Amino acid sequence: MKSLLAVLTVLAAIVGLWYAACVPMNIHGVLVTAERGGAVVEPSDGAARREMSGVSLALKNGFAVPETWAQERPRLPAPHQVAIELWDTTVMKKITSKRSLVYHGWVTLSATLLGFGIGTVLGVLLAVGIVHSRVMDMSVMPWAIVSQTIPIIALAPMIIVVLYSVGVQGIIPKAVISAYLSFFPVVVGMVKGLRSPDAMQLDLLRTYNASKGETFWKLRLPASMPYLFASLKIGIAASLVGAIVGELPTGAVSGLGARLLAGSYYGQTVQIWSALFGAAILAACLVGLLGVIERLVLKRMGMA
Amino acid sequence: MNGTGQQPELSSVVSAKGLDLTFQTNDGPVHALKDVNLEINKGDFVSFIGPSGCGKTTFLRCIAALETPTGGSLTVNGMTPDEARRKRAYGYVFQAAGLYPWRTIAKNIKLPLEIMGFSRQEQEERVRKVLELVDLAGFGGKFPWQLSGGMQQRASIARALAFDADILLMDEPFGALDEIVRDHLNEQLLALWARTGKTIGFVTHSIPEAVYLSTKIVVMSPRPGRITDVIESPLPRERPLDIRDSKEFIEVAHRVREGLRAGHADD
Repeated sequence: MKSLLAVLTVLAAIVGLWYAACVPMNIHGVLVTAERGGAVVEPSDGAARREMSGVSLALKNGFAVPETWAQERPRLPAPHQVAIELWDTTVMKKITSKRSLVYHGWVTLSATLLGFGIGTVLGVLLAVGIVHSRVMDMSVMPWAIVSQTIPIIALAPMIIVVLYSVGVQGIIPKAVISAYLSFFPVVVGMVKGLRSPDAMQLDLLRTYNASKGETFWKLRLPASMPYLFASLKIGIAASLVGAIVGELPTGAVSGLGARLLAGSYYGQTVQIWSALFGAAILAACLVGLLGVIERLVLKRMGMA
Repeated sequence: MNGTGQQPELSSVVSAKGLDLTFQTNDGPVHALKDVNLEINKGDFVSFIGPSGCGKTTFLRCIAALETPTGGSLTVNGMTPDEARRKRAYGYVFQAAGLYPWRTIAKNIKLPLEIMGFSRQEQEERVRKVLELVDLAGFGGKFPWQLSGGMQQRASIARALAFDADILLMDEPFGALDEIVRDHLNEQLLALWARTGKTIGFVTHSIPEAVYLSTKIVVMSPRPGRITDVIESPLPRERPLDIRDSKEFIEVAHRVREGLRAGHADD
């Protein structure tokens, strides 16, 4: 109960800060509109207003402050505007509608899940190879690390162009970018997890004359489970980022990335922010779902 | 190693002749074992005692083929240690129980049985038997964290007993337990040894423990790791706890202490 109060206080502070920030961000535009509507604005010279800071303008024109939270195309939309837009484009729209955020979310989610699946399988396979082969450890690991130092925003268009030239388009290129981002945390986590059994536990299996395969299935793999789930949580969030980034350079017409792009073309800031929040909520749900699966699996294994 | 062609005496289980083991480290070579000669006969309870660094654990690991000697000969059941390991000639109990947290006690004991390919029915049967042997009947369904340290170590002994190897190698199995639990487990271990007739190699740094348990006490000293004394215990095989107040017991303990002191005097 006490912690709930603290959490709500922090939340209220963030929302309060957001509302406060809307005032100086939007006041210039509000005053232009107000002046056109016949209101007396201080100072009346538009050029002079542009020179002034948003805070001092707000202090001089207190009447205009409520309007900064209700513009059609604000620089920074107020929280309730984003919330209303989210509500309108999810619950109030048919999910088959091109304006439904659920529809766009599903487009992105399907690419995310496919990419996450590919990335996870690839990551686990690479980790198994790295743990069992010194050559792979020395040859693959450096490249895996280097691959993550390249900004994905620079790489994504190239991946899409290359795949398009060999006739692959649609969901696959996006999934490939997702997989590119999500395999890495899985490799790192699984290598650490598969190496987590100590010398004594390995010696014990040696006294049983256990094979490498038995050591893997009976010791290394179960021991790596907590590490795997930690990696999967990072991986799925990275997957979602990858899918959204994959929608940007293609001029895709559907998906959360497409909503972001369209919003920025037409100055629809409310739409941009609602797509951003849509993505954040989706990521939170995916990570939360993995958390539930983690608890169930580890509990079943007796490790939680 | 050249122990393969050798014909051991009938009762000899472990035979070491002029055994040397040198580790190459960054600070130069370390003589972990130097000229170790020892015979362990069938049914013996042999304790290895000495300060840390005397090579007692290393010697046990050599028998288990977890370390490879650099000189001399060592045979286990008339084979090289590695052949003996492949034939699953021994069960090994480590200082920590090392039970898998994701397996129940019964499943932990099944681990070697699964690897060695026992049938499901045989596995169940053996688990039941060894759980009774270590006085843990009814705990098979529990996870390791639900058991005390002493019970966990008993479970790990059950795991080592499950596949019925003739030799039991124990590396300070009770080192991390308090003295009361330790006394209790020592008593149980003796009873178990009497019932199963196994050959036991037991590393410890406790003099009373070594004297109470063993038919043969091997006193070792460090730098280089070597044997300074081998004491054949005059105590009877039947040993109640209060035997530790008897004259013979105190005499043997005294001789062990002298041996340890002599080992220290010349370094």
